[in-house]
Amino acid sequence: MFFQRLTSVKLGAAFAAALTVTAVPASATECIAPSNPGGGWDFTCRTIGRILSELGLVDGNVQVTNMPGGVGAVTFAMVAAERPDDADLIVATSTVGITQIAQGRYPAPLDAMRYLAMLGADVGVIAVDNDSPIQTLAELNAAMVEDPTALVTAGSSGAGGWDHIRLLMVAQAAGVDDLGAIRWVQFDGGTDAVTQMMGGQIDVVSTDLGEIAGFVESGDIRILAALSDDPIPAFPDIPTAISQGIDVTGYNWRGLYTGGQVTDEQYASWVERLETLYNSENWQTAATESGLVPIWRGGAEFEAFVREQAEVMEQISRDIGVIE
Amino acid sequence: MEILSLLGHGFAVAMTPLNIALLLLGCFIGTLLGALPGLGPVNGVAVLIPLTFAFGFDPTSSMILLCAVYFGCMYGGRISSILLNIPGDEPAIMTTLDGYPMAVQGQAANALAISGVASFVGATIAVVGLSLFAPVLARAAIHFGPADYFALYILAFATIGGIAGVDPRKTLLSALIGLLLATVGIDPISGVPRYTGDNYHLYDGIEPIVALVGLFAISEILMLLEKHVRDRPKAIPVGSWLPQWGAIWRTRAAMLRGSGVGFVAGVLPGAGASLGSFMAYVTEKQWSNKKGTFGKGDPRGVAAPEAGNNAASGGALIPMLSLGVPGSGTTAVLLAMLVSLNVQPGPLLFERQPDLVWGLVASLYMANVALLILNLPMIGIFTRLMMTPTWALMPVVAAVTFVGVYGISNSVFDLEMMVFFGVVGYILRKLDVSLVPLVLGLLLGGDMERNLRRAMSISDGDWSILIASPISIVLYILTAGFLALSVWLALRDHRQSQAERLTEG
Repeated sequence: MFFQRLTSVKLGAAFAAALTVTAVPASATECIAPSNPGGGWDFTCRTIGRILSELGLVDGNVQVTNMPGGVGAVTFAMVAAERPDDADLIVATSTVGITQIAQGRYPAPLDAMRYLAMLGADVGVIAVDNDSPIQTLAELNAAMVEDPTALVTAGSSGAGGWDHIRLLMVAQAAGVDDLGAIRWVQFDGGTDAVTQMMGGQIDVVSTDLGEIAGFVESGDIRILAALSDDPIPAFPDIPTAISQGIDVTGYNWRGLYTGGQVTDEQYASWVERLETLYNSENWQTAATESGLVPIWRGGAEFEAFVREQAEVMEQISRDIGVIE
Repeated sequence: MEILSLLGHGFAVAMTPLNIALLLLGCFIGTLLGALPGLGPVNGVAVLIPLTFAFGFDPTSSMILLCAVYFGCMYGGRISSILLNIPGDEPAIMTTLDGYPMAVQGQAANALAISGVASFVGATIAVVGLSLFAPVLARAAIHFGPADYFALYILAFATIGGIAGVDPRKTLLSALIGLLLATVGIDPISGVPRYTGDNYHLYDGIEPIVALVGLFAISEILMLLEKHVRDRPKAIPVGSWLPQWGAIWRTRAAMLRGSGVGFVAGVLPGAGASLGSFMAYVTEKQWSNKKGTFGKGDPRGVAAPEAGNNAASGGALIPMLSLGVPGSGTTAVLLAMLVSLNVQPGPLLFERQPDLVWGLVASLYMANVALLILNLPMIGIFTRLMMTPTWALMPVVAAVTFVGVYGISNSVFDLEMMVFFGVVGYILRKLDVSLVPLVLGLLLGGDMERNLRRAMSISDGDWSILIASPISIVLYILTAGFLALSVWLALRDHRQSQAERLTEG
């Protein structure tokens, strides 16, 4: 008797689970997050999807699908092969995805997709421990120019990943010739890298500000430069690299692409709707609350920006020997 | 004091209606899974993980549910050990040695009560230890550099011998398969895909959850399919339900000793509950087997290993939460789940997610009370449920795993992967190869390699960095000590298992 009751409870649970994964209306707008729930791409889809329907920019709700694999490559391949002309499909991407494409790690080239817009960005920063003798970006650059191997640098990406590349962009602008000589250590996140820096294992961290902002507030680490055009609203005292004579920006932007064969009309309609969303109170609040700086680039301007960024990444990856 | 206020906050988190409901459900399911011969904590938790994803519980609620299942299994495992002479799960093996003889002598009610109370004592001591030591360890862990983490992983692998037991070659084989599987995917340091066969699904590596559900849940279904479905085990009738309280009180010293030994075994990364109950039993036998009553139904031989395995299972949560290195097979599964939910266990977890950590700790205190109630007055229900025929149980398990795994990633490839691992798990189990070292290898292999390489990048290729810090030196000494101990234990174990074979034969 007890067993029967238990079975029916379990079956009910299984059935409910089955319903939640299969109940997708055929005509709904879909946003694919090419990662597991919880990451940055997942946030992009869930937040934008929610606000799109709040503002009535789409019919009904936006179905968010998680399709992890190959740092976005699985989704990229699927869209290229099966849904290149599906105008109801948008996919979350970011600088990380473009890095993968620039290094030839996706199964199709950059122009297999149409890039819609970026709506916000995490700002890259260069940080040292609060006890570090290095006080300014100029001092750091001087040390790297004198001996590129002197300092151990680290961040949340591997060699040739975005954290590494934007540090090298700074070093290159400062006049370091042998970029490959700079020691780089990968950690599983900006927080890990900062913790290791506080423990004295490494000297410099290059990563997104969002994840490590808490350490800045607590005074454990010191930011030498923000890699943004303008000072970061939440931390107006942090100088930008540009203001210190190093003309480098390093945004980790969050944006969307759609299939490469959607019509110009459908593409323009998406850009217009996303711009409305970007200008809404809902998005500005949601983005700021999660540590992003709202930034808009859309349509043709954004496509040009993506292409240019991919070229810079490809060049530096070649310089340091990550790709041939 | 600080800990008390954090714990108070934890109780506030744990006391939401949803969390209490999940807690009670977890305790019930856990006791049942523990009691059912075959399904143990690793399988139980592996089956339920996909469900927590499908329901979209937040990480705290998911952890409360799964840890309640984990603790429940530890309580439940003893029931079939005592009444059937079949351990409900691996750590309950030692309980059969004196538990079944007690039941044969008509002392079943006493054996169940003693082991229930012993479980409570062991688990409670472990949770107190968890609340006291985990934050301290987490604070110390800030000073762990890559070289120290590498030493810690070495220690974890050295202690695997302790869990997986009899044939070291098979343990080694299993761990190596795990390490091998851990290399699949894009190498995060260089960005180069390894062993992916140009299949983009493999670029992120082998998803541990999918592999675990396959290895433990699917292989269990295959194992049970093979047995005669009508073969029902015969249980010894419990007789009088009222235990003698005096008998319980007389085993109090054994319970405390067992808890202490088990707790230490649990805290060691990689060792786990099986080692905890084994060490607790061996120690207790050494200590009090003056009249040669052990193995013939000595109540202390029931109390010590039960206290030991429950204390170890709580202790195993300490390295998992504070260092991100699991202390046992089941905590390895829990770790994989947390990582999938984007919660990174490790020293910063206590600062960044106090709700999760202290909510979990508080819920474990509550779970122990709930489990004591479930396991003393309601023991009759479980003895009857234990007789559930497998033909009715397994289809449910199968449905839950398939629906759940598909629900995580919407990927048919993951389902194929899960079935593949199910078959691999089945084959390995038929060859008597323990799956726990494989899981630890799969789960820790990547981090172990990365930390070695990080250390090398920091030192610019100088190997002496590996033994440059006092932390790593202490860890290597512990490793050496533990290897010596497991050689000694293996020799004893050899004799022990021969003796067991004789009594079972």
